[in-house]
Amino acid sequence: MKINTKNFGEIEIEEKDIINFPSGILAFEDQNRFIIIKNNDEENPFHYLQSLNDSNLAFVIIDPFVFKKDYDINISDSIVEKLKIKKPEEVKLYTIVTVPKDLKKMTANLSGPIVINTTRNLGAQIVLDDNRYSTKHPIFEKESEAI
Amino acid sequence: MLILTRKKNESIMIGDNIEIVVTDIQDGKVKLGIKAPKNIDIHRKEIYVDIQNENKVAADGKIDFDSLKNLF
Repeated sequence: MKINTKNFGEIEIEEKDIINFPSGILAFEDQNRFIIIKNNDEENPFHYLQSLNDSNLAFVIIDPFVFKKDYDINISDSIVEKLKIKKPEEVKLYTIVTVPKDLKKMTANLSGPIVINTTRNLGAQIVLDDNRYSTKHPIFEKESEAI
Repeated sequence: MLILTRKKNESIMIGDNIEIVVTDIQDGKVKLGIKAPKNIDIHRKEIYVDIQNENKVAADGKIDFDSLKNLF
């Protein structure tokens, strides 16, 4: 099927790749169908989470473990139930990236990771009430410390 | 909004299985204990609002993937 996207115009996707977000994304609760547009470069960890409800809505996402090796979250029973998660291997985590003009100051929202059950194609943004993490975690932390 | 007055160690019930206990009141702060089934998520509202706001900012972001190649 063909869809319109924010950054790539019209693209062809497969129905089976659509991820359902029963509760949407916080502040975008009515957006319940998304697709991950992977970037083709394996060295590049950034991807897009494109809404199918609104072609103008897309988030830049990244696997948090790329820059935060010790990221450690607890997925609550309610999310396990909601996303029908049966085993840890079927879970894939992403975090939403905020992109300022100066790319080196990009931040990732570690307080609100995106959890996806890759077997069922079900997703949710979860709320971590954990003071180790913030909504604006610098992705290039080491670089900024060095300055 | 329903407003109830409670003293220390008094509770309110929400439905049959959620109980909120006032465990301490001191210096303008109230400590609450919450008993709820495991499938109910409980968070402070600020964190919710923070994530909502950050999502709104992030929704405006745009990346040219090529420009990111050498950042890592």
